[in-house]
Amino acid sequence: MAFEGLASRLQNVFGKLRGKGKVSEEDVNEAMREVRLALLEADVNFKVVKDFIAKVKDRAIGQEVMKSFTPGMVVVDIVNKELTELMGGTNSKLAKANKPPTVILMAGLQGAGKTTSSGKLAKLLLKEKHRPLLIAGDIYRPAAIKQLQVLGEQIGVPVFTLGDQTSPVEIARAGLQHAKDNNHDYVIIDTAGRLHIDEALMEELHQIHSITKPDEVLLVIDAMTGQEAVNVAQSFHSQLELTGVVLTKLDGDTRGGAALSVKAVTGCPIKFAATGEKIEPLEPFYPDRMASRILGMGDMLSLIEKAQSSIDAEKAAEMERKMRTAEFTFEDFLEQMEQVRKLGPLDQLFDMLPGMGKMKDMKNVKVDEKQIGRVEAIVKSMTKEEKQKPEIMNHSRRKRIATGSGTTVADVNRLIKQFDDMRKMMKQFSSMMGPKGPKGGLKGLKGMMGKKFPF
Amino acid sequence: MSFFKRLKESISQKTEAVTNIFKEGLTKTRTAFVEKVEELITRRKKIDEAFYEELEEILIGADVGVNTVMTLIDELRVEVKKRKIEDAAELQPVLSEKLVGLLKSDEQSGLRMADSGMTVILFVGVNGVGKTTTIGKLAHKFKSEGKSVLLAAGDTFRAGAIEQLEVWGQRVGVDVIKQESGADPAAVMYDAVNAAKNRGVDVLLCDTAGRLQNKSNLMDELNKIFRVLQREVPSAPHEVLLVLDATTGQNALSQAKLFGEKSGVTGLVLTKLDGTAKGGIVIAIRNELNLPVKLVGLGEKMNDLQEFDSDQFVHALFAGLIQKAEESEAPLEG
Repeated sequence: MAFEGLASRLQNVFGKLRGKGKVSEEDVNEAMREVRLALLEADVNFKVVKDFIAKVKDRAIGQEVMKSFTPGMVVVDIVNKELTELMGGTNSKLAKANKPPTVILMAGLQGAGKTTSSGKLAKLLLKEKHRPLLIAGDIYRPAAIKQLQVLGEQIGVPVFTLGDQTSPVEIARAGLQHAKDNNHDYVIIDTAGRLHIDEALMEELHQIHSITKPDEVLLVIDAMTGQEAVNVAQSFHSQLELTGVVLTKLDGDTRGGAALSVKAVTGCPIKFAATGEKIEPLEPFYPDRMASRILGMGDMLSLIEKAQSSIDAEKAAEMERKMRTAEFTFEDFLEQMEQVRKLGPLDQLFDMLPGMGKMKDMKNVKVDEKQIGRVEAIVKSMTKEEKQKPEIMNHSRRKRIATGSGTTVADVNRLIKQFDDMRKMMKQFSSMMGPKGPKGGLKGLKGMMGKKFPF
Repeated sequence: MSFFKRLKESISQKTEAVTNIFKEGLTKTRTAFVEKVEELITRRKKIDEAFYEELEEILIGADVGVNTVMTLIDELRVEVKKRKIEDAAELQPVLSEKLVGLLKSDEQSGLRMADSGMTVILFVGVNGVGKTTTIGKLAHKFKSEGKSVLLAAGDTFRAGAIEQLEVWGQRVGVDVIKQESGADPAAVMYDAVNAAKNRGVDVLLCDTAGRLQNKSNLMDELNKIFRVLQREVPSAPHEVLLVLDATTGQNALSQAKLFGEKSGVTGLVLTKLDGTAKGGIVIAIRNELNLPVKLVGLGEKMNDLQEFDSDQFVHALFAGLIQKAEESEAPLEG
């Protein structure tokens, strides 16, 4: 993949720094050169990169680092922190009007995902027990109104429209009135995509703005946008006074450097992140996680949260106990595999793990869902006794399992070997974690990852 | 004859209307990119590290792509040493030539049409790049060339996508083959190919749902569509066009690579080129991928979708430079 080469280069440099007891100015400079390339490759605006590098260098060469016992770590930490800071530090919330309804205006280029994001935002508000109203203000793109109507129907939020012959300004005004009359506490105005240089359409947006006096003006930006993102944001900002940004299509393999730049240039915080075209509630945006992602450091936090929401806590605790006491059997193995698969396609999970880019490069491992199916078949072909006591599996048993699962004896052998190794590893971990063990299985997972993939 | 002169001659054979569409659509890129380079050269008299760094930033700022820029700068350094260039002004022709070299290619990249019978073109791409709009515009283009066209509504996923294509069908005056929302897109393609065969149309344009290139299940779906088309018409699809949004940054390379692997992309369509100052992605794609740009969207109007012509593109970008080159050459030849 395009980015992984660079991410691993960056990780190498950081790896070198980490091991050093003393970091010279030269080391920092070399690292900064790689950081600069990584940021540029991730589409971070070049002006932002320049300022950023200067800032980090300043701090890294200063006292902070020299006094530390692990200067390399400190440099990495500085980079990460500064990046987070650039994107706004903490997560920012949606504004709320003193007197309802709260009006939210959605704006952006064509194809950024305004209509879909409007739907997702409505769903989020619905989840928080509000009564949102969607206003269909895109009269230009064929079937845009229809799209919003379908979305509205799916999530159960009314859509206000006057067809595509009325001016969007009038639609917005009438829609707002409609919301007031019907006690809607949030109004989301979807607008047509427009180029920031299209004066006529920008004027129209301006009129909608002055008539509806929105509490939030959200710019919807495609996370894959390149260096142009900054111009777009700046231009919209100067004409509309944006209050926030929605970053869409973050489920792609983009590093989303545009995000970083937008906040740095306009000062508008990124409030939401959107993934997928299925109508799920918009997710709040976390600058710290995005920083890790831009640096190719993975997104452990999101992974852990994902795990927490889809894995049965009781089962996980039980599993963890078994792992610690090395009672782990093939039955547990099967169950655990199912749990992991609930999290979603495996390659997506891998992308969230730090250092995975590097691993994939090295071994050329391809995550094959079919392979997992095969493993499942093997385990399911074992008898109950075999699952619980793997050591009883002799050659003739293995042969039977192979026939039963449609694999070869070699496949079965390999799996049993891997399973044994895994058990051994678990024993080691449990002794390392001490008698009390980690608080939760997931925390243990995090610790394990930290050990295995130092970067 | 100099390179620029040759270029100018090849341009002059083409219609002025097309030249103007290219020139207008690329205004933003020209001012943001070429003029910045010129400004840099006049401001910085000497070639030193700072000069290279600024040049690097201008190029990267135009989305030319880190790898391409690094190679370009390295080549420039070598050239500067070899020719013992000290003055920035002397570097200008070298730089323009290198840039033009990156953009220029000799193969002409028109759409591949079937030798006989129906031409099937499949459109793929991530969400929101303008696949449906491109199909609408292309249908208009074929129609005005006197060809009969049929559209296949393969985006059964996004709300309103089928209706959007239908509106285009009405505008242009061509039929749309569709099923209801949520249907198997491969089944829609099957219907469409058969309908197209029965009606004996010249061109079948197949829309698909936008998908991110790292979603392997969706990419497999695309592969199925591809197989269905191939089974029904052995030589089809004659073109698989990946639609790219010109404002996309470095992710465009990943898109081109992964879509290329999964759906056998034969060419690219760059949309919204008029809205970006970052036409540089064209250079990155040309340099790093072996895929020709076939069509470019240079504006909102129906006929703003043009076949990509590298001569026109280079000319529109470097028009100012070309004039200067001529002026300086004139006395030599005269």
